[in-house]
Amino acid sequence: MNAVGVEGVWKFYGDYPALRNVNLQAEPGACLALIGRNGAGKTTLLRTIAGFARPGKGKIAIFGDSPRDTRARRKMGYIGHGISVYDELSAMENLVLYGKLYALPDPKKSALEWLQRTGLERVKDGLVREFSRGMRQRLAVARAFLHEPKVLLLDEPFTALDDRAIAVLQTVLREALAEGKTIVMSTHQLREALELATHVALLNRGQVAFHGPCTPEMVSDPGWVYARYGEG
Amino acid sequence: MRDKILFVIGVAAILLLARDINAIIDLPEERNQGIIFKIIFFHVPMAITALTCSLVAFIASIGFLITKNFKFDAVAVAVTEVGLAFLAGNLITGSIWGRVAWGIWWAWDARLTSALVCWLLYAGYLMLRRAIEEPTQRATFAAIFSIFAFIDVPIVIFSIKWWRTQHPAPVFWGGGSMPKDWYALWAWNVLAMMLVGFVFTAVRLRQEEFQREIDSLRREAHAI
Amino acid sequence: MAYVQQVATIFAKDLRAELRTKEAINASLSFALVVLLLFSFAFDPTEETTREISGGLLWIVFAFAGTLLLNRSFARELGNDCLDALISAPIPGSALFLGKAFANFVLVMAVELIALPLFGIFYNVKWTSQFWELMLVVVLGTWAMTVTGTIFSALTVNIRLREVMLPILNFPILIPALLGAMQLTSALVAGKPITEDNSAWLKMLIGFDVMYTAVSVVLVETVLVG
Repeated sequence: MNAVGVEGVWKFYGDYPALRNVNLQAEPGACLALIGRNGAGKTTLLRTIAGFARPGKGKIAIFGDSPRDTRARRKMGYIGHGISVYDELSAMENLVLYGKLYALPDPKKSALEWLQRTGLERVKDGLVREFSRGMRQRLAVARAFLHEPKVLLLDEPFTALDDRAIAVLQTVLREALAEGKTIVMSTHQLREALELATHVALLNRGQVAFHGPCTPEMVSDPGWVYARYGEG
Repeated sequence: MRDKILFVIGVAAILLLARDINAIIDLPEERNQGIIFKIIFFHVPMAITALTCSLVAFIASIGFLITKNFKFDAVAVAVTEVGLAFLAGNLITGSIWGRVAWGIWWAWDARLTSALVCWLLYAGYLMLRRAIEEPTQRATFAAIFSIFAFIDVPIVIFSIKWWRTQHPAPVFWGGGSMPKDWYALWAWNVLAMMLVGFVFTAVRLRQEEFQREIDSLRREAHAI
Repeated sequence: MAYVQQVATIFAKDLRAELRTKEAINASLSFALVVLLLFSFAFDPTEETTREISGGLLWIVFAFAGTLLLNRSFARELGNDCLDALISAPIPGSALFLGKAFANFVLVMAVELIALPLFGIFYNVKWTSQFWELMLVVVLGTWAMTVTGTIFSALTVNIRLREVMLPILNFPILIPALLGAMQLTSALVAGKPITEDNSAWLKMLIGFDVMYTAVSVVLVETVLVG
């Protein structure tokens, strides 16, 4: 079974199709890089897969379940443009909150583990609003990975990260892939993404212009896919 | 074809109204209130039409939430706007009636107050629509609010009536009663009002569909 | 009972976040005090008149102060895109809604329970003769405000003119509930027990609360996800 299956998905804003007949799959253990110009529909596609919006037509399946299904939601982790942690709570409180929402057996233990993995255990009781930007980003990573999701959906995760946060994220993602997790990430940072990617999909005006394995050529010349399959 | 049918209905409505007005003018004046009592031929049918519009909006809203078909959304907004216009007519004729019959432009009597509250409810619906740019979200949220509003209408009417029963105040229309032989004419006028409402709704519906098409073409053009 | 735990988690989170900054509750309390003060300048009534208008006065104060708190309800999730995380968490939309509604209820009740004795002091009115009945009315009326305020907070969170739209949508819907609460409060503050007449208001308030809670719980998923 595919970890992520997108079948004939259309998404409409009013009558305007932001996604047109998108067909994509990601097998367990794959890392799919979604590339495309701004406005191509990458964020829309990711958010639809994550279940924030329903597709107008077509079906989305996360290990066979609809993304709104509780089973599917337990298996998904999403990192969007915001960090999705509360400024007024401490790092520990934030992670314990999400641990409880995801019904983890020992939220405190999982929270401590991930604070260590992201290098935040010394500031675990500090309020997030006092964190530096890099620290907030690392906490965002901890939040998304806390419940050991099998499928990770990341919207331009490397954008605006500082070096330390990039390193943390790359490590965490490599470990996740080694554990057989599936990643779908949209990106402008082709180099960092293509180093991790096993597959690439190019979105152009809501349609899939290219979908295939990531080749060494792509890694050495990230612009190649755009030149070959994109527009201008 | 659709336009022709609409035209015929429109003409029928106007003829019916004209005939009714003619007949109304010929009627004798009411005992207590004089000629102004004849406003009841318009005042109450407008309220009935507005209530019908509210019901149709409710059904259309549920229809949209279930099917996601924008035709239902177009019906909901068209019929709500028409209903608001008729309700405004009800309020204005009620106010005029009060002024002529009792010398005051407004009284917080049960029916006028309920009409005002309902008007505010559905005006809120239109304001909500205006505050949301994206068409699917606008239709969804408007439909939800329309459901909330419709459920409130009977509660509003009941609670304001009960309030006035406990704290009686001059009732705007106490005292005058409609002679039995006027009922037929009054019923014809209800029909005429409904037909006028139907025509307005259909016209507004057409405009709404054009607007949607233009919006999506505009988005398409911008994307290129 | 996982559902109850989920509601409790959201409830605790909202309360903790609000009590740590106290922004909204301070604003709400200050506003309630200012309105109480303004009304005393506007009317300067005798004790007898005050008792008659107490219901109206109190519920206007409660409604306006409550709006300040209710606006924050879903708006506080926008800050760091926390709403996304809550929607994608494996909890039903209704659990999210009820957790927030209960938290709002507690916060609004807190403001009301401070405003009530202050009202008694400023206006020199003894309001405690029918205390428990009055508390019942306050609870029912506050829940009505809270349940519609929370669902409309969710509805308006992402749209233009959010702060304005919430009261515009909320108040007309609430008019019957506010009317009932005002009538009952005036009578109870004046020391009259709940009679046959007034019990109709009580029933209407309960019916209003039940109906709008049910409708909100059913529709909240559509509001959040579409």
